[in-house]
Amino acid sequence: MILRAILAGLLSLGVIVALGWAVLERPAPVENLPERVASAMPESGVEHPITAVLLNFRSYDTLLEIAVLLLAVVVALALREAQPDRPEQMGLDNPLLRSVMAWLLPLILVVAGFLLWAGSYQPGGAFQAGSVLAAAGVLLRLAGAHLGWLDNAALLRAGLALGLLTFIGIGMVVMLPGVPFLTYPEAHAGTLILAIELTLTLSIGLTLLSLFRLNPPYADDPDDARTQGGPKP
Amino acid sequence: MPWLDLFLGFTLCVTAGLALIARDMFRAVIMFIVFGLLMAVAWVRLQAPDIALAEAAIGAGLTGVLLLDTLGYLRRPFGSRVDNPDDRS
Repeated sequence: MILRAILAGLLSLGVIVALGWAVLERPAPVENLPERVASAMPESGVEHPITAVLLNFRSYDTLLEIAVLLLAVVVALALREAQPDRPEQMGLDNPLLRSVMAWLLPLILVVAGFLLWAGSYQPGGAFQAGSVLAAAGVLLRLAGAHLGWLDNAALLRAGLALGLLTFIGIGMVVMLPGVPFLTYPEAHAGTLILAIELTLTLSIGLTLLSLFRLNPPYADDPDDARTQGGPKP
Repeated sequence: MPWLDLFLGFTLCVTAGLALIARDMFRAVIMFIVFGLLMAVAWVRLQAPDIALAEAAIGAGLTGVLLLDTLGYLRRPFGSRVDNPDDRS
């Protein structure tokens, strides 16, 4: 037992030393990437370097990321059925939370819109705005609001796929003059990026919210008070 | 402000350790959320506000909510978690 502890300790120490050595002795970067980004900024269509990299210079990576996110939610939807919102089972159905939400909801939506818009010139962007939107949805659900339109499977799937489809669509439309996939024309780059980000925000928000709604189905258990009195779906 | 950074790094290690060794799942989830928020501050200190925003919103916020939600289901009686064929429409 003691031998094993000593062995584990030595092993961890070795890993720490190796990590420290790797951090201290890292090779110098071959190319000065920040400088290359800075020199290419004028043709990106946005003013914030992170957004320029994410949605213009390396937009193919972002496209694949969104595809992975969509794949994840598709698999999750296949494994679990979405629970219909049953306010009486969320346990937080009280007038105070509802009235606070009435004040908070417009504020949250404004913040999400601001984050989306700010992404072109300062930190912000589709992912952050999308998660703020999803947070608004989660709060609404906890407050017992009925989000019936989310039960419409066709509408939900269209919303989930909207971001990726717009991304691919715009990426292909710009190929018409004979340039590679996702090479935006300089004059319209800003508008195209904003359009992509807007649809991405909606899809990401919907993705995160629908992940939250996926729960193991309730069963009829006489000992479980939470299933009593709830309407059958 | 080296002392602030040192304190931040130390607290990050402590909260990460507490989240890992906590016996009580609820405590572990809370520690994870605290870790996420401190991590967001650390990203700001590293001059990466973009990552800080994403960390605070997704890492601490939504993941925390998802974990708490899962915990709520895990705490229900075991028998009531099975699939009921009548429940499917």
